[in-house]
Amino acid sequence: MTYRTIRDLPREELFAPGHSMCAGCGAAIAMRWLTKVAGRNTIIVNATGCVEVTTTQFPHTAWRVPYLHVAFENAAAAASGVEAALRVLASKGLRAPSGEKVVVVAGDGGTYDIGLQSLSGMLERGHKVLYVLYDNEAYMNTGIQRSGSTPKYAWTTTTPVGPHIKGKVQWKKDIMGIVLAHRVVYAATASIAYVVDLANKARKALDYSEEGPTFLHVLAPCVPGWRYPENKTVEVARLAVETGYFPLYEWERGAFRLNPPSNTHMDKSRRRPLKEFLRLQGRFTHLTDQEIAEIEAELDTYWNHLAKLVQAYGQ
Amino acid sequence: MSGWRSLPAGAAVLRPGSTADNITGTWRVVRPVIDQERCIRCGICWMYCPDSAILELKREYTTRGGKRYEVTYEVDYDHCKGCGICANECPVKAIEVVLEAK
Ligand SMILES: Cc1ncc(C[n+]2csc(CCOP(=O)(O)OP(=O)(O)O)c2C)c(N)n1
Ligand code: SF4
Ligand code: SF4
Ligand code: SF4
Ligand SMILES: [Mg+2]
Repeated sequence: MTYRTIRDLPREELFAPGHSMCAGCGAAIAMRWLTKVAGRNTIIVNATGCVEVTTTQFPHTAWRVPYLHVAFENAAAAASGVEAALRVLASKGLRAPSGEKVVVVAGDGGTYDIGLQSLSGMLERGHKVLYVLYDNEAYMNTGIQRSGSTPKYAWTTTTPVGPHIKGKVQWKKDIMGIVLAHRVVYAATASIAYVVDLANKARKALDYSEEGPTFLHVLAPCVPGWRYPENKTVEVARLAVETGYFPLYEWERGAFRLNPPSNTHMDKSRRRPLKEFLRLQGRFTHLTDQEIAEIEAELDTYWNHLAKLVQAYGQ
Repeated sequence: MSGWRSLPAGAAVLRPGSTADNITGTWRVVRPVIDQERCIRCGICWMYCPDSAILELKREYTTRGGKRYEVTYEVDYDHCKGCGICANECPVKAIEVVLEAK
């Protein structure tokens, strides 16, 4: 099944309002669409972070599906356990198999850094779980600390901007490269600005999770962490794609594919200037033209890498 | 609440979607107002709202110009936090953002 337009998208809301995510939170949009596509027969296993803290303040929950809150280090390990338990109960005849989907939800801190070993273990052991990374490019819930996902030169509270250091010193880690090295059957990047694409990728990832682990990397802008006006969340997310900062692509059974609009962006002149993405965000206002040029050069290197993947694995 | 002994085992929460009890509409500084005459029922505001606060209602509406629609999009002011994403994304500028307090 493919969703072609907004009309095709699922209507039932399984992520309730009244949560305490900031006004304009990008991750909230991601959670709405993940749950809508996954449907009621889903078990969410959530690492700590903004999504967890803001949706499960006792005695309330925003989730309309079964939900398990676990620690930072072990979301993928706990989900592996849930999936294995369902399988064993069914094989011993103690519980009828009912086709539940097991889905991890974790932030970038919980994925790039603290939960990386449990993610790797889950992928390596081949658990039938979808892992959804909502990437807001820092540890937001505890007050905007840098993570392995924070881009170079971004301001955070632990990468301040001063006379000597201009925000984060290192480049953003290539988490998709790490995931793909595990030879997963399906992995994709997605954006909250491209909901139909995101919904189709969530659908595919859930379907493929019947064979083995799958992975979705969703860029989810954060109002206080990226420092932009709260009505601009979707605009910023769209610019991340249109400028080539966050390309949309998928890896499906050994084939690599860039998705619209990123599939036209191999030609750099089809991308919008990176500045349009950067200048909306307070975390980048200190950037000099030289630093912007350096980020652009690094992006070009990344696109060259993607070009090689298209050459080697493109259809 | 009267101490941890009164909590259910595992602090399980047994009412799905119960955050809907929280009236986050009180957070609002600005209020989105949909102009039903102008709205073309594209669903974009509904799609992007982080608080599921744009309701898609099966309610007919006929514009003064005689155009008939099967659905009406309305703001759930109990939960809308006033982020303004809907107004920013509406392709025909049918959503006005007005100050809550004058
Ligand atoms: C081992 C451990 N260290 C630190 C924390 C404190 N902590 C809770 S949430 C959080 C930030 C999470 O960052 P991320 O995974 O990126 O999710 P976000 O809050 O950005 O959505 C931190 C540091 C913790 N819960 N466990
Ligand atoms: S801090 Fe950022 S990620 Fe966390 S709830 Fe607010 S907007 Fe969302
Ligand atoms: S202002 Fe924000 S919260 Fe309110 S309806 Fe529009 S998008 Fe939803
Ligand atoms: S985005 Fe604008 S035109 Fe589209 S449904 Fe919402 S109010 Fe109507
Ligand atoms: Mg984060």
